[in-house]
Amino acid sequence: MAQVTLRKVVKMYDEVQAVRGIDLDITDKEFIVLVGPSGCGKSTTLRMIAGLEEISGGDIAIGGDVVNDVPPKDRDIAMVFQNYALYPHMNVYENMSFGLKLKRTPKDEIDRRVKQAAQILDITELLDRKPKQLSGGQRQRVAMGRAIVRDPKVFLFDEPLSNLDAKLRVQMRTEIKKVHQKVRTTTVYVTHDQVEAMTLADRVVVMNAGLIEQVGSPNDLYHSPATKFVAGFIGSPAMNFIPCHLEQAAGALRVRVSDTLSFPVPADRTSRYTAHAGKANLILGLRPEHIAETRPHIEPNQHDFTIPIDVVEPMGMETLVYFTIEGTEVCGRVNPNAGAAAEKPMKLRADLSNMHLIDDSTGKVL
Amino acid sequence: MANATIASPTATTISGRRYGSMSRDRKWALRWSYFFLVLFAIFFLTPPIYMFITSLKTSAEISAESNPWWVYSPTLANYIELLTQNQYLTFFRNSAIVAVLTVLITMAISVIAAFALARMKFWGSATLATGVFLTYLIPETLLFIPLFKMFAWVNETFGIQLMNHWWTLIILYPTLTVPFCTWIMIGYFASIPKELDEAALIDGATWTQTLTKIFIPVALPGIIAATIFCFTVAWAQFLYPLAFTTSTTELVLPVGIVTTLIKGDVFNWGQIMTGALLGAAPPLIIYAFLMDYYIAGLTAGATKG
Amino acid sequence: MADIAARGAVTATGDSRSSLHKLMQRKSTIAFLMALPLMLLILLLVAYPAGYAVYLAMLNKGMTKFVGLGNFDFLFGRETFWMVVYQSCLFAITAVIFKAIIGFVVAHFVHNIPSKGQRKWRGMLLVPWVIPPAMSTLAWLWLFDPSYSAFNWILAGFGIDRIPWTGETGWARFSVILVNVWIGAPFFMIMYLAALKSVPEQLYEAASIDGATWWQRIWYVTLPMMRNIIAITALFSLIVTFANFDIVRVLTKGDPLNTTHVFATWAFRVGIESGDIPLGASVSLFMVPILAVAATFILRDITKRGSEV
Repeated sequence: MAQVTLRKVVKMYDEVQAVRGIDLDITDKEFIVLVGPSGCGKSTTLRMIAGLEEISGGDIAIGGDVVNDVPPKDRDIAMVFQNYALYPHMNVYENMSFGLKLKRTPKDEIDRRVKQAAQILDITELLDRKPKQLSGGQRQRVAMGRAIVRDPKVFLFDEPLSNLDAKLRVQMRTEIKKVHQKVRTTTVYVTHDQVEAMTLADRVVVMNAGLIEQVGSPNDLYHSPATKFVAGFIGSPAMNFIPCHLEQAAGALRVRVSDTLSFPVPADRTSRYTAHAGKANLILGLRPEHIAETRPHIEPNQHDFTIPIDVVEPMGMETLVYFTIEGTEVCGRVNPNAGAAAEKPMKLRADLSNMHLIDDSTGKVL
Repeated sequence: MANATIASPTATTISGRRYGSMSRDRKWALRWSYFFLVLFAIFFLTPPIYMFITSLKTSAEISAESNPWWVYSPTLANYIELLTQNQYLTFFRNSAIVAVLTVLITMAISVIAAFALARMKFWGSATLATGVFLTYLIPETLLFIPLFKMFAWVNETFGIQLMNHWWTLIILYPTLTVPFCTWIMIGYFASIPKELDEAALIDGATWTQTLTKIFIPVALPGIIAATIFCFTVAWAQFLYPLAFTTSTTELVLPVGIVTTLIKGDVFNWGQIMTGALLGAAPPLIIYAFLMDYYIAGLTAGATKG
Repeated sequence: MADIAARGAVTATGDSRSSLHKLMQRKSTIAFLMALPLMLLILLLVAYPAGYAVYLAMLNKGMTKFVGLGNFDFLFGRETFWMVVYQSCLFAITAVIFKAIIGFVVAHFVHNIPSKGQRKWRGMLLVPWVIPPAMSTLAWLWLFDPSYSAFNWILAGFGIDRIPWTGETGWARFSVILVNVWIGAPFFMIMYLAALKSVPEQLYEAASIDGATWWQRIWYVTLPMMRNIIAITALFSLIVTFANFDIVRVLTKGDPLNTTHVFATWAFRVGIESGDIPLGASVSLFMVPILAVAATFILRDITKRGSEV
């Protein structure tokens, strides 16, 4: 059983707290992704799990055993680094077999495991090449091969795709997912790219400034963010944050974003929001995908409005339109044939069944 | 998401082995490091320290049976004697002049040669660069004999007596310093991006101005490192002066101390050590103030190859 | 770079210039002139004397007639000559081995301590290399003095007999090697320290995770990554130590009974002190083959460095 548990884990560098007390339970065979902006503490946390950083406070357990004082070599983990960290003077075969060689594994066993891993990663023809003869993507696969061969309790990935170009990154993402399906090992994966997080993870851990903002499946995080940070971090283009007021009129709640524009609050949320009517510092969170062009048939909780468009960005399969409400720039996604044009007013439809109301003074989603 | 509570850290074992704290291991590694560093520091610093100790002793104390590692009645007599004695000062002066002039000549030759070799292509430049390196590998101990004879020939043919003058050394020392200084500076100059020159030219500078106003300031660390190295080598030279200068007025410091202060079988150790310490002082002082350049010069030689 | 300015100058002043002037303006000519002093220096004071040494080695003692390889024959027959060959090689190889080991070990310790303190320690440990070798050898001479050796005084305190540091062949050779190592080890330390710092930390982390102990990390990561620097430094030092003059001259002058002479000091004794220049030249020429071999290896290693990752 290779579950990983973090209890009140703290990391201090001199006076600065890089990780400020996090609790996390990772189940066996789970693929969990730590995601967040630079400096949020995700890499530090990963390195503490690996044993490359000392733990200033709290406990980390792997497979039920506390590993705070256990050196990396005895934790039965494998790590894939951002810069691959392949031994330049060894060829691919030797790089992959290094860990087993140190454990005095018999040669035929080493050979079997290396060949097997090479097959999974499709690098069998590269076995006698040196790292400097390989491309970035190939090196990354060798780094993964080195990890797979060890057959550890936990795989740790430290931003492995950051050094690859965009196209290769998409390719490798799929590779990693395929490998996880074949080699079902607990995986902790760190990235700053929320797309990677969403596509790869069983569960996503969003971190910010040394704390965990939210843990949940990609869908949970997308549809039910708990804080403004998570709401703005997940999803691309990012969610629109429009300052607003809650008005009560004739028993119904409306969200007013400007003198001329207000949206009706969906009925199922009225009870939840009524308590906050009249509060200051409220923000309407609405994803660009929920601001689209109008269609013949209008659904409940949708509201049409006309507004002049500032900038149009054609993306091929859709067009992004940018407009301003009371000084806030808002983004919407429309069909490329909907006739959006810069500096012309356009009729848009907002779908409020997916709205979020955020209290900006606490950052929490209401 | 619930999990069993984690057992206390100290009691847990993994595969039957106990583990100490990782930070405690690191502390011990640090303590051992310092321990050995102190031992090595003692090894490396004992001779100079002993030189200093001896320089403060009277002749009587030196020949006594007492603890040689301690000074019981310190005295500055040795220093005073040496520094008021004309001979030692002559040695010092000769060394200083020779070293400074060598530095000037060497840097003049090396800087422009390195510049040409690093940034300009001309016929034979690659061969010359390799040749420079090979020259550094030809030791002075190979050349001093033919040079000895060559100087004798110059004397016979032109009547110029090159032997036994301290300024002859100024001709000889550059053979030792120029190759390595050129080599260091080729490395430094080559690492300065060409775009710098091009930008200066577009801004309207002639190439002399580019050299003096842009290039040399940027290359200054390399130039300083080469200068320090050149001075140190010139100051420490022993073989050439030993072979080519004999009268006491022409000697430089290293030779002077070794030959004159050891009169026959009588070694005046107090003065010898004082003389040696003072002789080692200029390089040490430069080192103390410009240590980083010194070290940069050393590592540049082999790594910037 | 210079040709842009040059071209500009020529066209600005019209084309009524002599071809000599045009030649002077060309970049490659200027470069050639800049390198000229260097070339002259090397030709006159290095290359020519080297060749002249070969010629001299083939003359008789009075330098009146040509004797071909006569001097070499004579040397091969002298027992002292073979002792010099043996001693030069012994000192060079032993000293370089110890210098490399000590340099490597000390570099590791310096690398281990926090970077703030490293500069201080580095500074202290490099001192032997900064002091002029002749001066520090004098200090060692005093420390080894037959009657007043400070080391013997310490040994006496432990009840050990005084050691004839420079008086007896075995000890004299040991002392020469010791001083050589003392002077040269700091150089190795500095070079190895620079190389140690250039090994990416992540390789060590990957090795740790792969299960390597500290010793295995050194063997499988550090040493292979430093292979080039180790070779270059060792070869440089081999050349310098092999041709060393100062230490033997000051410490033992070749005694007792020529058992510490090296090529350089013996060539001096024979060539200048005894006045037989051709013989001295022959002696020093023997260094050439060995130095040439070492030099080839260095050149090959330095160019190989560029192509490694």
